[in-house]
Amino acid sequence: MINNRENMSVSERLISSRQNRQLDEVRGRMIVTACALIMIAASVAITIFLGVKGLQSFLVNGVSPIEFLTSLNWNPTDSDPKYGVLPFIFGSFAVTILSALIAAPLGIAGAIFMTEIAPNWGKKVLQPVIELLVGIPSVVYGFIGLTVLVPFIAQFKSSGTGHSLLAGTIVLSVMILPTITSISADAMASLPKSLREGSYALGATRWQTIRKVLVPAAFPTLMTAVVLGMARAFGEALAVQMVIGNTRVLPESPFDTAGTLTTIITLNMGHTTYGSVENNTLWSMGLVLLVMSFLFILLIRYLSSRRKV
Amino acid sequence: CGNAGESKKSNSDSAKGEEKASGSLTISGSSAMQPLVLAAAEKFMEENPDADIQVQAGGSGTGLSQVSEGAVQIGNSDVFAEEKEGIDAKALVDHQVAVVGMAAAVNPDAGVKDISKDELKKIFTGKIKNWKELGGKDQKITLVNRPDSSGTRATFVKYALDGAEPAEGITEDSSNTVKKIIADTPGAIGYLAFSYLTDDKVTALSIDGVKPEAKNVATGEYPIWAYQHSYTKGEATGLAKEFLDYLKSEDIQKSIVTDQGYIPVTDMKVTRDANGKQS
Repeated sequence: MINNRENMSVSERLISSRQNRQLDEVRGRMIVTACALIMIAASVAITIFLGVKGLQSFLVNGVSPIEFLTSLNWNPTDSDPKYGVLPFIFGSFAVTILSALIAAPLGIAGAIFMTEIAPNWGKKVLQPVIELLVGIPSVVYGFIGLTVLVPFIAQFKSSGTGHSLLAGTIVLSVMILPTITSISADAMASLPKSLREGSYALGATRWQTIRKVLVPAAFPTLMTAVVLGMARAFGEALAVQMVIGNTRVLPESPFDTAGTLTTIITLNMGHTTYGSVENNTLWSMGLVLLVMSFLFILLIRYLSSRRKV
Repeated sequence: CGNAGESKKSNSDSAKGEEKASGSLTISGSSAMQPLVLAAAEKFMEENPDADIQVQAGGSGTGLSQVSEGAVQIGNSDVFAEEKEGIDAKALVDHQVAVVGMAAAVNPDAGVKDISKDELKKIFTGKIKNWKELGGKDQKITLVNRPDSSGTRATFVKYALDGAEPAEGITEDSSNTVKKIIADTPGAIGYLAFSYLTDDKVTALSIDGVKPEAKNVATGEYPIWAYQHSYTKGEATGLAKEFLDYLKSEDIQKSIVTDQGYIPVTDMKVTRDANGKQS
């Protein structure tokens, strides 16, 4: 074989390598396409499965979808069972929006600090900090929240524990901070240099440049970062479950306990039997979560389409 | 080489002596029961090295569903299969392997140790809101609940509250978390299995003067208790039968079962059926 190759003329060698390359080309394309198809098939299968399972409580068990989405009364084990999940939908939105309100300013400011104010040492310090925050498992966030945050919040309440919407919000805002910061930092860093130079050339100060030129230019991407963080917050179950109290009533203040769609699913899933109404309504809650994440994706798409730079 | 010789020897040994159990067995269900069944399974596997028993915990509902489907050979549940919707209870055979007692547990600072059943009901339905109404300290009562579908909650609601719906309170699934919250929160009350009441971090309430103790459960004087069920699909056969017999044997009932804070079924002087009727 080796002798053969040595005996080959230059043109023969070229032709054989081109054949190899063509084979390589085909093989590579097949592997990559197969991987992509597996991904597509998996997400389509999950969507269909969740759709079928989630609709069962309405179609088979006769739970009214309107009652399901608008009633405040959740009591599936009563002799006269009630299946209203509005308190949990509200709880999910409340922790998500409140945590985004805390994490978005912090994350975006951190990103500006990293890219504009102190690009050298700021990045050196903040980058590992963010990576560390991403790496901490959610159960650890929940555990820290339960042991540190909950007793702390309890001091400000007249009675009871510190389990509250507020505790859930704070835990979640720390959890989504890295998502928001890193995507925002990428957005700021990818702005063309000409924007900064043009602004400085007009005599603007650094802060004026950041406030009037860079942030508006990166705004759609910054919002995408916030929405991605919110999507993560909306789906988080474990850490929230440990600190929020998981009650079935609407919270009247951030110091009250609440429940979210995810925490009610994880709390009840193991206790219910497959095919029972209780189990099916949990699947329906899962379907609500899926629909919500589709809406988040649509929102991100819309924001991306508005990107100016 | 040496291994082969050894295994041959042990084979002939077991053929000569009594038959050793072998094969594999998967058990799933109630997480409250998992430590008990696992401890028994480990001892069983020590005595029968050829047997392989896996004990998973996924909740009573999961256990009942999986045993009905035939996915596992034994499904553990802390409620009767009849009480769970969507399960064909007639196809399952109930093996009651232990009894668990449950008590209302309060933060020791509340200053209340004995209450009437009626008072307990009023506490959990939110009619009594402060411990001072019961002669305790001036502390607001904080309820700690279990998830709607949990067997512990079902038992407590049925036998302690006579079916009354508990008012809203913090809801936690794990007994350890519930115990921690009660121990850390002044005025908190929740419910725990006897096995979690081994220290004085929480105070277990006597009901109508009857202490939450194994002997009072056995005589039927203390009302809050439930069977721990192991269900098989049809009559148990093979390794499943051998293991269940082992679990119900005097030996295990008097050692592992009592060590873990459960009450041996053989000690019970009263029985209950799926409708909660006591006799």
